[in-house]
Amino acid sequence: MVVTTLEAAINWFRKYSIWPMPMGLACCAIELMGAGASRYDISRFGSEVMRFSPRQADCMIVAGTITYKQARIVKRIYDQMPEPKWVIAMGSCACTGGMFRSYSVLQGLDKIVPVDLYLAGCPTRPEALLDGLIQLQKDVMQEPVLRRQFQHKHFQGREM
Amino acid sequence: MKMTAEDFVQKIKTAFPDIVEDISEFRGEFSCLISDAMRIHDVAQYVCNDLGFDLLKDMTSVDETEAQGRYYVVYELFSFTHRVQIRLKTYVPKDAPKLDSVTDLWNSANWQEREIFDMMGIQFRNHPNLQRILMWNDFPYHPLRKDFPVAGKETDSELGIHTEAAPWEGGPFVTKPGVLGTNEREPRSKEN
Repeated sequence: MVVTTLEAAINWFRKYSIWPMPMGLACCAIELMGAGASRYDISRFGSEVMRFSPRQADCMIVAGTITYKQARIVKRIYDQMPEPKWVIAMGSCACTGGMFRSYSVLQGLDKIVPVDLYLAGCPTRPEALLDGLIQLQKDVMQEPVLRRQFQHKHFQGREM
Repeated sequence: MKMTAEDFVQKIKTAFPDIVEDISEFRGEFSCLISDAMRIHDVAQYVCNDLGFDLLKDMTSVDETEAQGRYYVVYELFSFTHRVQIRLKTYVPKDAPKLDSVTDLWNSANWQEREIFDMMGIQFRNHPNLQRILMWNDFPYHPLRKDFPVAGKETDSELGIHTEAAPWEGGPFVTKPGVLGTNEREPRSKEN
């Protein structure tokens, strides 16, 4: 089975070179920095190359409270990222709005972009982020890269 | 002799005997309630230029839901020359809340007045740039007013911002504004 083997190889390359795009919006971004620093060291999993340009990134880590004002910027940055791309919603604010049941806060990142992974925590510990990254790597290994020409993630959120 | 906050407040009262409605003291801090909001700029000019209060530390507004005046605006003033702080308050008419801007006296009033306009809808005459500072420009409400729900309302914007009311509006885990007593104001859950 040459095809699956090649697919597995491509996925293996991909999963150990996920370049994150740190979308640090609130206190979760501090934990994201902690995960990048020497004690937790995200480079053990091949994701130390934080790219501050969406065009060079594979995985947007949305860390923090998304206000409505920021939501359109998050959406635009997601749209600028090239395929293949993944999104991690880090912390309860990014997942659901968290404790901010408020007029100014978007109630969950999945209202504007498709989310691959939700991480609980307020804020999320670096260990949890690393665990999430490992889960995402398992997801990446499952992707049918060569068997489907165009991937369209199932997404029913609102276009902003 | 060193001038105290009380001396300055008395000076304001002698200069404007007809509009200084009340002088109150709390833990050594003196507040001066000005009854005529239309003349707040005259008072501010006197306090700034003649009494030497050169710093507007903070400026904010309060919405008292049921009270007669409803909105009042608070000026926290400090004088570097005298090392003294005083406070000015004035009620704003609740139907068409409007005040004279004090940006010509203190530059720090610029963004504070914009925030008051944004959050509570009080207009400022002669403000150099009176537009929203926190919410986006065409947001239709003033969210810090007590009659605006914390969860928000559904709105659409030309900027592409769409808001919805947050879930759990009205309970179970919400506070009741204006209710005295912690047990009543902050119930553990309204369902119990």
